[in-house]
Amino acid sequence: MENTAGNKNEDWDLVISPKAKLLDINLKEVWRYRDLLRMFVKRDYKAQYKQTVLGPLWYLIQPIFTSLIFILIFGKIAKIPTDGIPPMLFYLSGICIWNYFDACLTSTSSTFVQNANIFGKVYFPRLVLPLSTVFSNMIKFSIQFLLLISVTAWVAFQTGSFYIGINWLLIPLLVLMMAGLGLGLGIIVSSLTTKYRDFHLLLSFGVQLLLYTTPVAYPLSFLKDKPYAAWIAWNPLAPIVETFRYAFFNVGSFDLNGLLYSAGCIIVILFIGIVLFNKVEKNFMDTV
Amino acid sequence: MSETVIKIEGISKQYRLGNVGTGSLAHDVNRLWYKIRGKEDPYLKIGEENDRSKKGSSDYVWALRDITFDVQHGEVLGIIGRNGAGKSTLLKILSRTTTPTLGQLKIKGRVASLLEVGTGFHPELTGRENVYLNGAILGMTRKEIASKFDEIVDFAGIERYIDTPVKRYSSGMYVRLAFGVAAHLEPDILIVDEVLAVGDADFQNKALGKMKDVSSKEGRTVLFVSHNMSAVRNLCTRAIFLGNGTVKGEGMPEEVINKYLLENASYDLEQYFNDPQKAPGNDHVRFKSMCVIPELSNADEAMSVKTPIRIEFEFYNLKGATPINLSLHLCTLSDEIVFNAISPVKILENGLHKGVLHIPADFLNDGGYYINVLIVYNASKVIYNFDKAVTFTVEDKRDFQNWHKKWVGIVRPQFPFSLEKVE
Repeated sequence: MENTAGNKNEDWDLVISPKAKLLDINLKEVWRYRDLLRMFVKRDYKAQYKQTVLGPLWYLIQPIFTSLIFILIFGKIAKIPTDGIPPMLFYLSGICIWNYFDACLTSTSSTFVQNANIFGKVYFPRLVLPLSTVFSNMIKFSIQFLLLISVTAWVAFQTGSFYIGINWLLIPLLVLMMAGLGLGLGIIVSSLTTKYRDFHLLLSFGVQLLLYTTPVAYPLSFLKDKPYAAWIAWNPLAPIVETFRYAFFNVGSFDLNGLLYSAGCIIVILFIGIVLFNKVEKNFMDTV
Repeated sequence: MSETVIKIEGISKQYRLGNVGTGSLAHDVNRLWYKIRGKEDPYLKIGEENDRSKKGSSDYVWALRDITFDVQHGEVLGIIGRNGAGKSTLLKILSRTTTPTLGQLKIKGRVASLLEVGTGFHPELTGRENVYLNGAILGMTRKEIASKFDEIVDFAGIERYIDTPVKRYSSGMYVRLAFGVAAHLEPDILIVDEVLAVGDADFQNKALGKMKDVSSKEGRTVLFVSHNMSAVRNLCTRAIFLGNGTVKGEGMPEEVINKYLLENASYDLEQYFNDPQKAPGNDHVRFKSMCVIPELSNADEAMSVKTPIRIEFEFYNLKGATPINLSLHLCTLSDEIVFNAISPVKILENGLHKGVLHIPADFLNDGGYYINVLIVYNASKVIYNFDKAVTFTVEDKRDFQNWHKKWVGIVRPQFPFSLEKVE
């Protein structure tokens, strides 16, 4: 039936049928809606801190206090070394990049459930929404990154050594990788949770477990020769966090293979995520 | 020759009722198993007609069943039907928020759907920011919105509030602004659902006028779902009547609306309440019968505008001598009261009493009507209100007329009306 109708020499702009092709991903359409993406970013930013006194300063409080707790627990109590980096900077840098991943994953993972009322009323490429959260989280990351630079500068002022170099060029790439990984995992979870919410309950504690298997509170070098080091190496987040510290402080070594492994993982996860998301977005309103 | 811009080919939509849980998981697994073996979805066979008042035997219902129709360029198509008839499901499929279970749909041109106004409005953002956000959600680019911004604010009439967060707006202002954005969209096809149910009368007229302009002046296609029959009557060039997920009628708005109204009316012209326990009434009065009797000269005829009608009803008075009078409201099916007739007050003893009202020929217009009978204490206090006591339809009948469209007006009296040469 579909074929006979399609063979007529009529040029329809849009054909809606029950069966969607697996790879029918319309990225061009997402691009056409880039103004919407910008408006969502603006909305997220403005809405979050309206009627607060400190505004975006709240972005600074969480990493500072987390770093202080990490100094106490991992530095003082567990006595884990920090690769020669001052402990405050070591933890702060790890938390800074980790937070970005965490925020991307957590906020994109509820895309469908949170925006059901908009999605139910009007069509636009659904991918615009998770993409916009990735961008609005980048604002938060930038502020925390500025905090990291300020604290580093302050420490440098005390000790007299400060590193700025070519390695810093790696940082945007690493942030992009974190964005890709957070987005990919997030939209997988959001696609899987439209009908059965079980995965969403798993997520918050999954993220917590992931934090401990990622070298945020300890350096990878600390694990050398330990039998479980290989397990940590499977985590695609590990090379990104390690390289972030390498790029920022120029301490440690650059592990190209690890980074390539992460990049490979990200591409696979993003691909699976987009395919799943694309499949679910057409009908999710019926089951959400 | 006009061009087909929407082609709907055998669209069906199945929904599963009940909760999502282990039961639905079992069905999903079963469905997947059929799919792997290359078989058809087993649950497509067991769906039932979507009648929300009846209890079904399975959890699956067809919200839409095999809907086929075309929409031509420049048409204003009204879609009417009871709640749950499938109107919203059809609009959802047309506006791409869900896909059909079976069948397909083809569209030419850019579609904008207004299933609600102000989708995505954020309470914390100002009117200005929300205009840009809402416009972008509806598919406009920043440049398009900027070029129309002044027009939108002007249309909504809220210039003074434009830089205030919309959470401070009155609900009317909110809707005005939201509709303003929507009205300035320039899609080829506009889909509108019941947005006119809000706002004051002045604004409703403005909104209706804008919709009319969109189609007649700018030549765009509009699909309009509404319960407001007079809006459908005035705006639409064609109408479709959906009932239980299927197309029940299609054609000129007036005919389709009438068909819809008739189908929803009950036709028991004569009702007798033999069981006093179940008869309408209370401790004071109780009805025995309620009849609409057309005084037909020929028994095969339908009750028409040329038929005198007698309305008769009997009731018991149970409380002894009471000063009582009757009040009878005749209403159109769209709930406009045509008249309220009052009987004189009489002292009624216990026993059966009868009220009779005559409506002459050439008074009512064609269409559906219902009657409320009120039994009143001494022309001051309602003892019992028998709401929608009986519903009936008056058919159209015209002698030597060249006018074939709907005769406008609530009543159609034949007053003396002369036309003479003066000079």
